[in-house]
Amino acid sequence: MAVSHLQCRECQAEYPLEALYVCERCFGPLQVAYDHASTVGDVGELRRRIQGGPQNIWRYADFLPLAGGPPAPSGRLASRVGLPAGCTPLIRADRLAAALGLREVWVKNDAANPTHSFKDRVVSVAVARARELGFQTIACASTGNLANSVAAHGAALGLESYVFIPADLEEQKVLATGVYGTTLVGVNGSYDDVNRLCTELCAEHSEWAFVNVNLRPYYAEGSKTLAYEIAEQLGWELPDRCIVPIASGSLFTKIAAGFREWTELGLIAGAGRSSIGGAAPRQPRMNGAQAEGCAPVASAFAAGHEVCRPVKPNTIAKSLAIGNPADGPYALELARHSGGSVDAVSDEEIREGIKLLAQTTGIFTETAGGVTTAVLAKLALRGDIDADERVVLVITGEGLKTLDAVRGTFETRTIEPTVESFQGGVAETTTV
Amino acid sequence: MMTVLVKIPTQLRAAAGGEAEAQVDGATVQEVLNGLFQRHAELRARISDDDGSLRRFVNVYVAGEDIRFLDGLATPVADGAEVTILPAVAGGR
Repeated sequence: MAVSHLQCRECQAEYPLEALYVCERCFGPLQVAYDHASTVGDVGELRRRIQGGPQNIWRYADFLPLAGGPPAPSGRLASRVGLPAGCTPLIRADRLAAALGLREVWVKNDAANPTHSFKDRVVSVAVARARELGFQTIACASTGNLANSVAAHGAALGLESYVFIPADLEEQKVLATGVYGTTLVGVNGSYDDVNRLCTELCAEHSEWAFVNVNLRPYYAEGSKTLAYEIAEQLGWELPDRCIVPIASGSLFTKIAAGFREWTELGLIAGAGRSSIGGAAPRQPRMNGAQAEGCAPVASAFAAGHEVCRPVKPNTIAKSLAIGNPADGPYALELARHSGGSVDAVSDEEIREGIKLLAQTTGIFTETAGGVTTAVLAKLALRGDIDADERVVLVITGEGLKTLDAVRGTFETRTIEPTVESFQGGVAETTTV
Repeated sequence: MMTVLVKIPTQLRAAAGGEAEAQVDGATVQEVLNGLFQRHAELRARISDDDGSLRRFVNVYVAGEDIRFLDGLATPVADGAEVTILPAVAGGR
C-alpha cells in the first residue's frame, strides 16, 4: 500500500503509523504521508480500478491510511461491512444558481451518508485503522454529528464506544446517538471544554481509540474522499471554487489536499504527473464558511492574522461551534493561497440559507449547511464569483437533526374535513 | 509564593523525567513555566518559541480555562491552582 508513515506538519519529524497525533519535538500535528510513486502506475488503469470499486469510500483505498487495504478481505466485501460511507450525490442546482445570479452551482449532499453527515467518512477510516491497531473501544468528543457516527459505527462493528458531548446539545442529536447503545456522557461546558477533557482522558486511556484525538491523523484523511468523489463525479475535473464549512478546519484543508493529491498523480483531466512536468489545472478557490457567533477563522482572515484567537461560541450552528480550531492556521493559509476567503454569517442568515437551499434544491440541511449556503449567497452578492465559474457547495449534514432552526418560519392552516372549509378560507392559521 | 500543580501531557513526560505532574512555585503562568523549565531544561524548547511565547500548537489552561481568555502568560495563578499543558491539535466535531 502507498501509506508510508506519520509526519509532523511543522518540523517534518517522522513517526511510525501508530495511534499518535502530536509531534513530541515541537507539538505540531502529525499527518499521514504516502509514497504513491511505488503503487500508482498507469493513470487510465487506476481510474478504471476506482470506477470498478465499491460504491463507497473504499473505492479510494489506494489513497487512505490503511496498512492492509480496505478493512475486509476485498474491496467488494468492505462495501458490505460496518457502515460504509460515501458516494453521496453531487447535484446540479440550477434553481439555486439562478436565484443567486450564478451560472453553475453543484451541491454535494453529504447528508446522504449512513448517519446523515460527512462524519461517516472520517469515522469509517479512523475506526478501520483503530481495528488494524487492535483497539476494541472507540471514543470521541463531539458536537453531535460525530457522536451519531461513532455510536453507530461502534454498534455496526461490535466495538464498545464512549461519546462525550456538550450537555446542552440539540435534542435530536442526543437521541440519534443514544439509540445506538453507546455510553453517552454530557459534559457541562462548551465543545472546547469537552475536547480538552477528551485530550486529557486520551492520555489516561491509551487503550481507547479517540477518533478525533489519538486517531486524528487517520480520521482527517477520510475527508479527502469528498474531494475524490467531487472530481470523479465531475468527470475527473476540478471545480473552480468550493464552499466548505469550517469548524476545526480539518475538512476544509483536507478537501483541498485531496484535489491537489489527485492533480499531482495525473488523475485530474488535463493534469500531467508533477514529476514529469506538464501544466497542472488550477486548484479550486477555497471559501470557508463560519457562523458569526463562532468565527475565529473568519475574524483572523479579515484581520490578516496567521493564527486564530479563540472565542466562546454563541450560535445556532452548534456543529460548527469550535472556538479553538485545531487547523485554524492551515485553513487561513489555504484560503489566502487558493484565492478564496473565510466569511461569517449571522444566525438569521443561516436560517435564510437553510430555506434558500430547501426551496431551490429540495435538500433540507442542518444549520452548518445553512452557514455554507448563506456564505455562497454572500459571495454571489459581493460579486466574488465570476460568471463562468463552476462552484461546488459542500453540504455536510441533515436538517432533521436541527429542526429548531426552522421552527417559527412558516405557517400551516387547519381546516374542517370538508370541501367548503378548504375553499371558504375559514381556517385557523398556526405558526409552525 | 504560590505553589501550583502543573499537569504535563504524555508527549512531554519523557522530557520531564517521566513525571505526569509537578509542584511548581510562581505567581503567574510565566513564572510557573519558568520554574518548570529550571527543573526540566529540555521542556523550554518544546513548549516555547525562540521569543519566549508559547508555540502555536501548545495550549495552557488555568483551572480549566484557556489562558488566551485570561491574561496569557501574565495570568495570575492562585495557590493550589492547576495549570494544564495540552496539545492544541485535537478535535473534529
